[in-house]
Amino acid sequence: MKIRQLSVFVENKTGHLNEILNILARNNINIIALTLADSSDYGLLRMLVSDPVKAVEVLRAENCSVRIHEVLSLELEGVPGSLARILDKFTAENISIEYLYAFSFGSKSIMVMRTNNMDQATEVIKKYQFKPIYESDLKLTVCSGIRK
Amino acid sequence: MPHEEMRELQSERLRNLVNRVYRNVPFYRKKMEEMNITPSDIHSIDDISKLPFTYKSDLRDNYPFGLFAVPMKDIVRVHASSGTTGKPTTVGYTKNDIQNWCESLARCLTMAGVTKEDVVQVSYGYGLFTGGLGLHYGAETIGATVIPASGGNTKRQLQLMSDYGVTVLACTPSYALHLVDAMPEFGYSRADMKLRLGVFGAEPWTENMRLELERKWGIQAFDIYGLSEIMGPGIAHDCSFHQGLHVNEDHFFPEIVDPESKQPLPDGCEGELVFTTLTKEGIPLLRYNTRDLSILNHEKCECGRTLVRMKKITGRSDDMLIIRGVNLFPSQIEQVLLEMCETSAHYLLYVDRKDNLDYLELKVELDESKMVETIRELESLSKKIEHSLHSAIGLSIKVTLVEPRSIPRSEGKAVRVIDNRKKEENK
Repeated sequence: MKIRQLSVFVENKTGHLNEILNILARNNINIIALTLADSSDYGLLRMLVSDPVKAVEVLRAENCSVRIHEVLSLELEGVPGSLARILDKFTAENISIEYLYAFSFGSKSIMVMRTNNMDQATEVIKKYQFKPIYESDLKLTVCSGIRK
Repeated sequence: MPHEEMRELQSERLRNLVNRVYRNVPFYRKKMEEMNITPSDIHSIDDISKLPFTYKSDLRDNYPFGLFAVPMKDIVRVHASSGTTGKPTTVGYTKNDIQNWCESLARCLTMAGVTKEDVVQVSYGYGLFTGGLGLHYGAETIGATVIPASGGNTKRQLQLMSDYGVTVLACTPSYALHLVDAMPEFGYSRADMKLRLGVFGAEPWTENMRLELERKWGIQAFDIYGLSEIMGPGIAHDCSFHQGLHVNEDHFFPEIVDPESKQPLPDGCEGELVFTTLTKEGIPLLRYNTRDLSILNHEKCECGRTLVRMKKITGRSDDMLIIRGVNLFPSQIEQVLLEMCETSAHYLLYVDRKDNLDYLELKVELDESKMVETIRELESLSKKIEHSLHSAIGLSIKVTLVEPRSIPRSEGKAVRVIDNRKKEENK
């Protein structure tokens, strides 16, 4: 249920995001999910990628400020109210969400989040038997790099 | 040398100097005549305050060779200031000048513990700038092995340091910081380097920066002071006690004067540092005002030296920014950043005028190892820096975090401030 996420510090400059994406493309790293948080001066790019360790290596080599963080990931049922039901349990345990995003992978709906208390959140997930997502669940059956 | 003997030597040298400039430099003769003094009025070093000051503008007005005191056939070398502020100022050296310079530098390097066993990499720029060639001949004088790397090309610098087993690095403190930070990028670690000493100078830097360099490199870092107008590097240097820099006062006589009234100030008072070149032949200067701010201390140092000490230079009176009426030296910002230990020490301060008010923005590089995970943490980090700056300096400065290694690195003197107010006025 814990998976590795990249956080990249991005200055607000035209084309800067593109540069980062191109570095990953050149190195044949696939982006599985991506979200961009912004403030007036900079953004934070969060990504799940096919090879986090290699991604950090190639981004650092190009002077990007990047770190790997662990986040929680769960599969959601594709029915109304499924995310709300999960978060209700967190709220009941007084756990707050720092950030959250969702994406679909194949036929799966998946959410990724960070809470203020990761250990306690893990307990809640186990207790209510929410369906965890592991990195192995996010492997593509056929790894298709960008062909140029 | 006992204090009294030193004063006798200085007095004799001053009398000789005043005679020479009165005879050979029309600029000084005119100034002294205007002030109604002749060489016979100068009996001892105590009479120095009767003499006229020299300013950088005097060197510029007499560009290029107007203040030289000997014919060009006796000049063996010319250097020029790095010209950070306007037209370069030119200086000339006789054979004796070069010899005295080498001796002063040899004393400085000895103070740092450099011996003939050492391999010294000189990463100051070679050429008109006094840093490169100055350190070069100084290190040769004590018999060390000199690597004349000159400035720039970080990859090659690190390669030379590693391959040649360099034990002493001489460059600007900002470049030394850049080199240590750049090691991983080029595949080097501290274990590849035999470096034990750093002789850093040519720009104002703080004691915290010195400690930071010692920690990051795992070396002893020393401060070497000098300026081309007086000689170049080697005018003063700190010993291993780091309680101020010992001035080679038998060659360069220091005074501290009040920045406003230009009256001499006693030990312990901060003011502008003024030098008289007691032995220089090529371009001897009387009471040259460096605009560097310092304090003198004549007490004997723990290291046993009796040479007068000057406080480490952290600012120049002309580096000083006046922001909404508050005096600000860029080094104060460096101090705060290094104390906080939250970001790197690479920064750039932008000064603008918005709606007739001075506006400050500080760009600071994030530290690779302290990369945070949420926007909230980033914002609270910039708020925290803003708060510390405000309480230390009394100015509100907008702090913007930028990516590591995004602020241009200088291979010579670091650019810390971009003042856009002047551009506005010139429009």
